[in-house]
Amino acid sequence: MSAVVSALPAGRAPRLQLSSDDVVRRGLMLVIALYLVLALAAPLYVLLSKSMSTYRFDLNAFEIQRSDDSGTAFGPARTVAALNADAKAITDAELDTGSDGRLSLTKLYEDFSFRSPVKYRIRGTTNDAAFLVGSDLKRGTDWVEVDSNTFRRVVLRPGRSVGFDNFVAYFSTPSLAQAIWNSVLMGAISTVLVIAIAFGLAYALNRSRMRFKGLFRLVMTVPILVPSLLPGIALVYLFGNQGLLKGWMMGHSIYGPIGIVIGSVFFTLPHALLIISTSLSVADARHYEAAAALRASKWRTFWTVTVPGARYGVISAAFVVFTMVITDFGLPKVIGGQYNMLAVDIYKQVIGQQNFEMGAVVSVLLIIPAIAAFFVDRIIQKKQVALLSARSVPYEPKPNPGFDWGCFAYCTLIAAFILTMIGVCQLAAMVKFWPYDLTPSLKNFRFDLMDGGGWASYYNSIEMALLTAVFGTIIVFTGAYMVEKSDGFRAGRSLFQFLAMLPMAVPGMVLGLAYIFFFNNPANPLHALYGSMAILVICTITHFYTVSHLTALTALKQMDREFEPVAASLKQPFHKLFFRVTLPVCLPAILDISIYLFVNAMTTVSAVVFLYSTQTQLASVAVLNMDDAGDVAPAAAMGMMIFYTNIAARLIHAAVSRVLLSRTQVWRGR
Amino acid sequence: MKHETVTGAAAAPMHFEPQAAPKPGYLVIDQLWKVFGDFVALKGVSLDIREGEFVCFLGPSGCGKTTLLRAIAGLDLQSRGSIRQAGRDISSLPPSKRDYGIVFQSYALFPNLTIEKNIAFGLENARRPKQEIQARVAELLALVGLSEQAKKYPAQLSGGQQQRIALARAMAVSPGLLLLDEPLSALDAKVRVHLRHEIKELQRKLGVTTIMVTHDQEEALSMADRIVVMNHGVIEQIGTPTEIYRHPSTLFVADFIGETNQFPARMIRNDTVGLAGTELACASCEVAAGSDVNAVIRPVDIIPHALDGREDIKTPQNLIDVTVTEMEFLGGFWRCRLSSPRLGERVLIADFSINAVRRLGIEKGGAMRAELPQNRVLVFPKAA
Amino acid sequence: MKFRPASVLAALAVTFVASTAIAETNLTVYTAIEAVDLDRYKATFEKAYPDIKINWVRDSTGVMTAKLLAEKDNPQADVVWGLAATSLLLLKSEGMLEPYAPAGVDKLDKRFVDSANPPSWTGMDAYVAAICFNTVEAKKLGIAAPKSWKDLTKPEYKGHVVMPNPNSSGTGFLDVSAWLQMFGEKDAWAFMDGLHQNISAYTHSGSKPCKMAGAGETVIGISFEFPGAKAKAAGAPIDIIFPEEGSGWEAEATAIVAGTANLEAAKKLVDFSVSKEANEMYNQGYAVLAYPGIAKPVEHLPANVADRMIKNDFEWAANNRKAVLAEWAKRYDAKSEPKS
Repeated sequence: MSAVVSALPAGRAPRLQLSSDDVVRRGLMLVIALYLVLALAAPLYVLLSKSMSTYRFDLNAFEIQRSDDSGTAFGPARTVAALNADAKAITDAELDTGSDGRLSLTKLYEDFSFRSPVKYRIRGTTNDAAFLVGSDLKRGTDWVEVDSNTFRRVVLRPGRSVGFDNFVAYFSTPSLAQAIWNSVLMGAISTVLVIAIAFGLAYALNRSRMRFKGLFRLVMTVPILVPSLLPGIALVYLFGNQGLLKGWMMGHSIYGPIGIVIGSVFFTLPHALLIISTSLSVADARHYEAAAALRASKWRTFWTVTVPGARYGVISAAFVVFTMVITDFGLPKVIGGQYNMLAVDIYKQVIGQQNFEMGAVVSVLLIIPAIAAFFVDRIIQKKQVALLSARSVPYEPKPNPGFDWGCFAYCTLIAAFILTMIGVCQLAAMVKFWPYDLTPSLKNFRFDLMDGGGWASYYNSIEMALLTAVFGTIIVFTGAYMVEKSDGFRAGRSLFQFLAMLPMAVPGMVLGLAYIFFFNNPANPLHALYGSMAILVICTITHFYTVSHLTALTALKQMDREFEPVAASLKQPFHKLFFRVTLPVCLPAILDISIYLFVNAMTTVSAVVFLYSTQTQLASVAVLNMDDAGDVAPAAAMGMMIFYTNIAARLIHAAVSRVLLSRTQVWRGR
Repeated sequence: MKHETVTGAAAAPMHFEPQAAPKPGYLVIDQLWKVFGDFVALKGVSLDIREGEFVCFLGPSGCGKTTLLRAIAGLDLQSRGSIRQAGRDISSLPPSKRDYGIVFQSYALFPNLTIEKNIAFGLENARRPKQEIQARVAELLALVGLSEQAKKYPAQLSGGQQQRIALARAMAVSPGLLLLDEPLSALDAKVRVHLRHEIKELQRKLGVTTIMVTHDQEEALSMADRIVVMNHGVIEQIGTPTEIYRHPSTLFVADFIGETNQFPARMIRNDTVGLAGTELACASCEVAAGSDVNAVIRPVDIIPHALDGREDIKTPQNLIDVTVTEMEFLGGFWRCRLSSPRLGERVLIADFSINAVRRLGIEKGGAMRAELPQNRVLVFPKAA
Repeated sequence: MKFRPASVLAALAVTFVASTAIAETNLTVYTAIEAVDLDRYKATFEKAYPDIKINWVRDSTGVMTAKLLAEKDNPQADVVWGLAATSLLLLKSEGMLEPYAPAGVDKLDKRFVDSANPPSWTGMDAYVAAICFNTVEAKKLGIAAPKSWKDLTKPEYKGHVVMPNPNSSGTGFLDVSAWLQMFGEKDAWAFMDGLHQNISAYTHSGSKPCKMAGAGETVIGISFEFPGAKAKAAGAPIDIIFPEEGSGWEAEATAIVAGTANLEAAKKLVDFSVSKEANEMYNQGYAVLAYPGIAKPVEHLPANVADRMIKNDFEWAANNRKAVLAEWAKRYDAKSEPKS
């Protein structure tokens, strides 16, 4: 501490008396922080500890007595460890196992024969030691006597401890380690492709004078409105063995890397386009004027002005896309074929093999690149802010017929790609039995006859999406307001901010799995939520918290910081200011948050797939399950239902916005 | 950091004791400190403001004036020290428990509420009848002369009108103290001059104790009853505008308020100071002979004479024959650069009235005689 | 009916129980049966026992098993009705099942009853491994129909076979476990090595290969008989083939969850599940029933499906499940990215 500060007179700093407003504000912030702790931090912690749970056979925990041939005279009791020290039948590596591991004992006795009259007695040395006779569970220190034939059926169960063994085991399983490489490779290829395509689109949309820009912008957002599985289904119908355009594949299979890459391009394109488009749209016209004054060629201007100007947007978009591809689970599940991806591994480990520990391991591995991407993105975002100055002049493109028509053709091509993918799903949903009976039929919309939850799942999805939109918007906006507009309480506010940013770095599957571990524990007082609609809503709000939070913060930051002091000096409670001023002024942002939450709640699969119950099946999960069961056409039909619903929601949102804004935002116009 | 404030008279204590009102002041600030991390924004500031007074906090940016205002408002709590308002200790009260109205540089008008709703915002509570609120709003609108604009939204008004609405809103609840945080700096020059006058008029009419923060000396000089000049977190001087201007107690104040010529010098006697090539009589001060000082004179205080002029010379020993090396017409006066062997390399800047220039025939390259009146030659010890 | 004092006492007891239990009993029943069957089973049971109401919780076999295991320390279900016997054996080995010998259990085929006494689970019906063969696509490609499992390793089928991944599908495990039991370990792995060369995809679900064959996405889908019959009924050009070596099979079975608060009602449900009436109800979809001698042929399926079933050792399957799956994953998952 410097000399000046030490000149501060001794004594204590006065503490601000809290007004009732401050108490309410801090209380609300604590409530929402508590929500984030319970809905995010605690489940992730449990997930981490689960990934460190290992199972190992403890040979000292069991004792065996063996009789002579008479079957009556038993020898001394010896621990299995001692027996194995002599027999050397069980290697140390065999002792490491999973939660459902079993260890047979006959190999401890070289001369074992199931026909012999020799009898065995077995017991645990502790009350926890467990073993099976056949499939009957025995526990504790009472002797269990079995004949030789039955002794064949005696197996030991492992004990639990904590360590990194699961990670070691994962990396030493070639197929699983391969999955990491596959995921990274697919992520990299898709990212390069998407960025190139999106950059071209963004360039055309921002730097040309082509026609129908608005229409193109609209079409490019279509992939956001459907679950990520739908492009997979579309690809099956387009390029599968009975596909419309099978010939285009030239003998290659769409199931596998090709399908994953095309599908990933489809569902990540809108996100990449949004980010790159933003970075291109803010370009400073003065740079272009300077380049023109220096008589730089178009090509040179592109590389020296355009690309550097957009580079932060490009890098940021690349990280977003890469993270989305490696953490997405729906698409590779549908179209991945035998191509193992990390995210699908979680599903296989947990749902297929009930191997929760290994699922937790894969989850922890998935978090690492996502968190790295998150931090790089944060750094880049900060730099980008510095790049823009208030004096920038917006760039206005000049007409150039050749270039404009080129852009138009390019955009048409991409739009055609997107609309074809949706169109083919529509087609598949409307025919009787692809490809053998193409008569139009609504048979595929009779969801009640299929696995997956039927029409009820569709209504559940709408209910879930509405609840998410309403409660999510309330929670997110209130939280953002408390963080942005409270004084003091710095530590609390930065902790809150950290928690609010965390969901961005947590893939949906990881969140879902963490929820299982956390909520499906009878000791947890919140256990009652498990299997309810509430947990789906909580999970979805948490999953999409960060973007909503940032939207709310941006809107709040545009509000004058002095509103709160003014209201306080006028002796008005903060809630009056909040409802009279803050809320009406931020209404456009609030509506944006709610539609964002609604659309994502309709399409999300990755987190809720672990959490839905029979009463709360969801349309997006039904798409997955119907496709999984081979009912591909009904899956496409359900995907289209989600699409129609999201379109309708968008239209309603637009109408409501227009009405509300005309009523509350008159002041915006002069 | 050591700070000596030495004037011609005794070293002035920082704590200002008004002679006229011996009773305790309305707002008493005692030994206020504010620390942000390693940065000390206020260093033991003490101040006493009388009821009904218009006080300006003046200083360059980062001097602590806004911090002091925010401490008074309860928006940034001080690290040490106490504040009393109307006999009540408000040191640790939250803003809503204090008694003030505030106007910010941004006005902070609620954009979605009409002008009248903005003004009524602080008046609305359960107990107050609607008619009473309406009457009060009408009264305030009339006071700031914007009665016709009641139904408009802030964005539909000019900056100056918005400023007046913000003032009306702050005054609606009749606070005991009005705080103005650079209220005029977002306006263009003409409106600013006009509003200066209006605010001062309003304040006088309502008699509300007012504190205004500004970095604009002209604003402070024209509006304030008293000015508090601050620098580096301490109060350099407190006084009426004329006191501050005529008798700056520190070199900083002299330099910050108005313009100065500064010469490094050495004290010879308590009323004589030695420059590089000459000696000057100066306002008497108690700086020890032989110590290094800065001799200061304002350009406007320099009196021009013809070379042979003999009339009206008050300080004959401070007459310097100079050559006019440069003349710049600044509208209301001529700014002249004067040089003389007696001043060495240094140039003396003097502002002469158009009248004087015409009368004495001063022109570029010409010779003249400049008088530096003894009581206008101020001496400040060099900072240690 | 002859008058017997015992039955009067029993009737009185029932009346007493019914009157003390003021309201009807609600049973939470976990199941993996087909969604379309839920209402029919519930209605039939509740007609027989009007004082007991069923609340179904349904999901696929894998998910249901995972859910039950996850709830080990805090079971939510009273009864499991319609889950793979192998899964129930897993639950039994966790000590999660309440042994109970339902009235009439002795009438059931012994293969459909847990070997312990009293048994922990009792069977309902079976699903039997089968091959779905798309005749239209086969004709286009000039491929002959396979007759046996071993036929599937022939080079002509290369790239035209789809089977469920045993690591995620119960049906897939049923196949692998059956091959291991039929051919012996060494030969079975050699067979699967050969089969792997011909496989174009391992699906996550057991019925998907058959539906893929039905839609022409593949020619041969290794699956089971039920989706085959369903696809055929929907108009798919497929033949359902039962290989000549015999087919692996899995019993759908019923068990009481240990610690249930509604033990009496649970027992009644299990009693009903083994009754002739219930078995006739199962017969609408399933060709093989636990109750011998009453099965009527199911449309699109041969009458003698039960004869194709191998002798299946459920206990062996349950206890060796982990080792078999690990071995399978080691052999085929690692190589499972497509050959370029």
